[in-house]
Amino acid sequence: MESNLITEDKQKNKLEKAFEILKTMASKPSGLIGLTIVLFHVVLALISPYIVPYDYKAISPNTMLLAPSAEHWFGTDSLGRDVFTRTILGGRTALTVTFFGSLIALLWGGLLGIFCGLVGGKIDDVVMRVVDAFLSIPWILAMLLIVSLLGTSTEVLIPALGFFYGKGIVRVARAATHDVIAKDFIVSARARGHSNMSIIWNEIIPNVRDAILVEGAMRWSWMLLGFSSLSFLGFGVSPPTPDWGLMISNARGLMSFAYWSVIAPIVGLSSLIIGINLTADAFAKALGIDRSTKAPV
Amino acid sequence: MLLLILKRIGLGLITLFIVSLITFVGVEVLPGDACTTYLEREAYGAALDACIKRLGLDVPAYERYLDWASNVVRGDFGYSLSGEMPINEVLGPRVKNSLVLASVSILIGIPLAIVLGIITALWRDKLPDIMISTITIFSMTIPEFISATLLILIVAIWLGWLPGIVIIPSDATFYELLSNIILPVVAISMIMTAHMARMVRSSVIQVMASDYVQMAILKGVPYWKMVFRHVLPNALLPAINVVALTIAWLLGGVVVTEVVFNYPGLGRLVIESISNRDLPVVQALAIILASIYVGINLIADLMTLMLNPRLKSLQIRK
Amino acid sequence: MNEIIESVKNLSIGFNSQKGKQISILKNVSTNIKKGETVGIVGESGSGKSTLALAMMGYIKQGLFPLKGECLFKSEDLLKMSSRQLEKIRGRKIAMIPQNAGQALTPNLKIGYQIDEALRLHTDLKKTERDKKISELLNKVRLPSPETMAFRYPHELSGGQQQRVAVAMALAGKPDLLLLDEPTTGLDVTTQAHVLELLRFIAKDTGTSMIYVSHDLGAIAQVSDRIVVMYAGEIVLEGPARKILKEPIHPYTYGLLKSIPKLSLAGLPDSMPGSQPQPGSINEGCSFYDRCNLATDNCKKNSPDLEHIKELDTNVRCFNYKELINQNNNLQTSITKKSNNSEANEVLKLKDVSISYAKQKFFDQLLNKISDQNPTVKDINIDIKKGETIALVGESGSGKSTILKSIAGLLKTKDGQIKFENDRILSSDLKMRNPNDLRAIQLIFQNPDESLNPNHTVEQILSQPLKLYFNLSGEELKKNIIDLLKKVRLGEFYMSRYPRQLSGGEKQRVAVARAFAAKPDIILCDEVTSALDVSVQAAVLNLLQQLKEDLGTTYVFVSHDLAVVRAISDRVAVLYQGRLCEIGPSQNVYKFPSHPYTEVLLGAVLEPDPDIKPKLVAEDIVEEKPPEKGCSFQGRCPRKIGDICNSEVPPWQIGENGNAIRCHINIEELASLQQ
Repeated sequence: MESNLITEDKQKNKLEKAFEILKTMASKPSGLIGLTIVLFHVVLALISPYIVPYDYKAISPNTMLLAPSAEHWFGTDSLGRDVFTRTILGGRTALTVTFFGSLIALLWGGLLGIFCGLVGGKIDDVVMRVVDAFLSIPWILAMLLIVSLLGTSTEVLIPALGFFYGKGIVRVARAATHDVIAKDFIVSARARGHSNMSIIWNEIIPNVRDAILVEGAMRWSWMLLGFSSLSFLGFGVSPPTPDWGLMISNARGLMSFAYWSVIAPIVGLSSLIIGINLTADAFAKALGIDRSTKAPV
Repeated sequence: MLLLILKRIGLGLITLFIVSLITFVGVEVLPGDACTTYLEREAYGAALDACIKRLGLDVPAYERYLDWASNVVRGDFGYSLSGEMPINEVLGPRVKNSLVLASVSILIGIPLAIVLGIITALWRDKLPDIMISTITIFSMTIPEFISATLLILIVAIWLGWLPGIVIIPSDATFYELLSNIILPVVAISMIMTAHMARMVRSSVIQVMASDYVQMAILKGVPYWKMVFRHVLPNALLPAINVVALTIAWLLGGVVVTEVVFNYPGLGRLVIESISNRDLPVVQALAIILASIYVGINLIADLMTLMLNPRLKSLQIRK
Repeated sequence: MNEIIESVKNLSIGFNSQKGKQISILKNVSTNIKKGETVGIVGESGSGKSTLALAMMGYIKQGLFPLKGECLFKSEDLLKMSSRQLEKIRGRKIAMIPQNAGQALTPNLKIGYQIDEALRLHTDLKKTERDKKISELLNKVRLPSPETMAFRYPHELSGGQQQRVAVAMALAGKPDLLLLDEPTTGLDVTTQAHVLELLRFIAKDTGTSMIYVSHDLGAIAQVSDRIVVMYAGEIVLEGPARKILKEPIHPYTYGLLKSIPKLSLAGLPDSMPGSQPQPGSINEGCSFYDRCNLATDNCKKNSPDLEHIKELDTNVRCFNYKELINQNNNLQTSITKKSNNSEANEVLKLKDVSISYAKQKFFDQLLNKISDQNPTVKDINIDIKKGETIALVGESGSGKSTILKSIAGLLKTKDGQIKFENDRILSSDLKMRNPNDLRAIQLIFQNPDESLNPNHTVEQILSQPLKLYFNLSGEELKKNIIDLLKKVRLGEFYMSRYPRQLSGGEKQRVAVARAFAAKPDIILCDEVTSALDVSVQAAVLNLLQQLKEDLGTTYVFVSHDLAVVRAISDRVAVLYQGRLCEIGPSQNVYKFPSHPYTEVLLGAVLEPDPDIKPKLVAEDIVEEKPPEKGCSFQGRCPRKIGDICNSEVPPWQIGENGNAIRCHINIEELASLQQ
């Protein structure tokens, strides 16, 4: 009964803490704007299949390249599809791919990084050298190669993106772990004779968690950038799936007379990237982590 | 000191070796070999046999790797599949074109980033900082293909000031190139400058809060003298490595920008060779791009070593 | 002599809190600095002393701003000057010697350049004259080989040398007023005494006025003509140094002086309850109210003004100061501690322990051979009795913490054995020790900020050893935690707090509670009070002593502070460069004859008494490695007798008091030399 009370207390504590962090993030205008944009996009992505006015893949020669009007708010594209519909659904694609991609990146990057930081020595050296080698192949080349050989389905894209964007998290997690294990409270736990697992779980993870989460949030915005670049080059999701990068790429050639079909996805993509970025920055600041001196690798 | 430099170079070479292994193994592991991938539906009979023979796919993988690697060390990347010409000849003009684009962007970007970073740091939270910082956040987060597309839409199409697409042969001279690369350079350096300016800013802010800067003020050192003698050397030193990493990372952006502007450089070659499934060329590109990455980082390491008195005397003492 | 050089008038400095409230960290401070005089400003961390010192150079830290008042230097207000005007004053009229010269010297500029910069800014000398002046200055601050020193970078110098460079830099502009902000804090005891001696010499030699800011009444006592005591942003007492130190008439100063452990006094110092209030937390009444034992209802509602008492030439901020006049015989008292365990059994034995930090070479590793012939710590033999407090004393690099770590099993020994209870050998590998041995030996660290997990509440921190060793849970666990908190005099409500919500003293109490949670036989204390303020330090020392008397715990107490060691320990072992120099009952170690190193250490201790001056007998050279052979102290020994010290390890000699000294000089001879 009593212990139940304590755990309940703890849960309440965690919720309160999360709320506290959100409040700090929203207390500055940049954080508030970021949160609002991200929230807007997420809600839109969740409800988009139920609210779109047209079928995203319905091709109709009668409605090609119409300018914005009451029926077609953002006009239509070269195949006569409604740009508003496709823009809203494009956000769904982008968020799904990059969210799960970031999750994978966070998992393998965080775990490998913590592992390297813990074991140190030769194993750490070798792993970091291999990670460095992977880093030195431009991500775009590697991604293009994988996608062109394995196909452009989301089953390929998500793990591939997750893999390439996890490299940076390895470094951050490793550095944070290195810092923490030198602290006296770890020495104290070791001297008391706690098991390694208990030290990792109770003492190390809670202290590196923040740094890794912030890095993950940052990765998310970069992954979105990378993913849309791939789509733009024609190596992202395959048509007719609505996707911002692809839409921009297709409409680009026609923009001298049908600029609307390119403006809508640009606004969608840019606002989401900026939103995630501002949110990640505010998140880092709320947790007291300065990450402006880090390279985006 | 010399030992340390050699060590850094050695580490760079090891990295390149691992990269070559990764690309080689990667191509081996992925479904299909170079010939079936390239020939696709036509991968049967005489055509396939001829291709296999030409690429030497009939010998074991490790022998092929050794053979390929020793050739690469001598600067010979073998033959491309599509053009059926030496890869070196394919690469030559492309490397030159991309180098021009990248170096012009870096030459403009780095000084601009340093100046912007210093201005924003010294006028922290004042109007210049807020304005520049807002702009940098935008240009940092918006993908190159969007900024490039918007540049074309506004400058080339609506205003009609500059050509929207680069129309030059891939072996154009340096001067022919220069007049055509204004928009691509702007697109690339925008994002790079923004990243670096932010790093310089926070580095300068950190140093400005240090004890020795307070001491310099209390010693009566005039403001600008303090900034140039006490702040900048110490603030820019740690930024060197970070800047190098950023430049290397942004090589990916060059690919996209080249495609948008139809610029005949390495980036477009990447897309072309991958679309054509020309794996030997892809391998060559991976090695070259990785060497550029390793090279830039090596230069940064060496610069830091030369400039940091702490590391310098450490080495001498040893 | 009576010309006023700088005067602070009604100065208040503050900041805006996040809730938009204006909070002052300096309240209505007024004082005058006369020509040629040295004023000591003393206070604990957070008392506003550094803010005051910086304001006296017209410098306000970012985030702070002056609320009212002025800082008049030769009747011009520094706080109203333009930065152009200030540049002409800073370094030329008023110069600063910073706290941590290692961080205050610009890392990328050579020493010579940094001094030259000051000369160029503040004198009209030509290049060649300046070069000459630089060596002159470096010579004046007694730096070795001043000619080559100018070409070195700050990081190539030792802490003491960096501090001297900072002094030279400050003197370059021939200032009228020198501001010293904790100039000796963080230096080793002997180095500190040397730097202080240098500063005193300079004050006399140049006739410069000085403002000496420090938390250390010992250092202040050595240099000051007049002392200003600060508490919670206010001046609470101000007057001639001797009066303040011998007859303090403010309850805070009185308590502070009593809480300082003194060499001349065995036993524990009196402690003051509580800690200094946070800025902005006190809105009415006297800021010392809740720690004061003279407080009345009047003190709670009204805050006293600074009152001038003519006959004592003193300003005091207290309603009830009269009660302290002529009370001062009590200053020299202390709490006697119980320790009569001379017959007790030995609980821990260190036998021929050597510890090496040297990395093993690859081949030696293969052959399982440790090649280091000159280990960091060597030949340590100490037997520790049950219930005693043994102290390991020495400066940085003496190996005292290293020994502690290997007792805890955190560092492997190279040679020798550590025996616990009935001569059972403890493995030098932590993983090989049995859980009960691990429970029996607990550690308390120097800095509670680092030793408490910032992500855990006090409850979580204390439940860890209880769960691990005793498998407690639920109600029982909670009860035990509350008991532990009570033991270290913390209330139940601390359970849900995070370390960042506690003051330094409270954090260290939690760390003490965590160690005692294991019901240990031995507690290893690594500099446990050196990160704390003096008044808090006394309270923690008293707590440790009380717990020991109640529970019969044995302490191994590592410290660099001889006075603290004198207060708490039963036996003392003095270490230099990882070798034992002297060991014995503490009252005897503090008496002569002593090992020459102990003599040097004792001579360098700064007492808060203007009549006891430090004796400087040895150079403050920093040795990086112990000598290969001979006596460990040969490099600095003031009583070195010749080649024998360099070639042979000195023998142990037992003095008549029962302390063992390791020296080539005959012990009777040593006694007569030291009289």
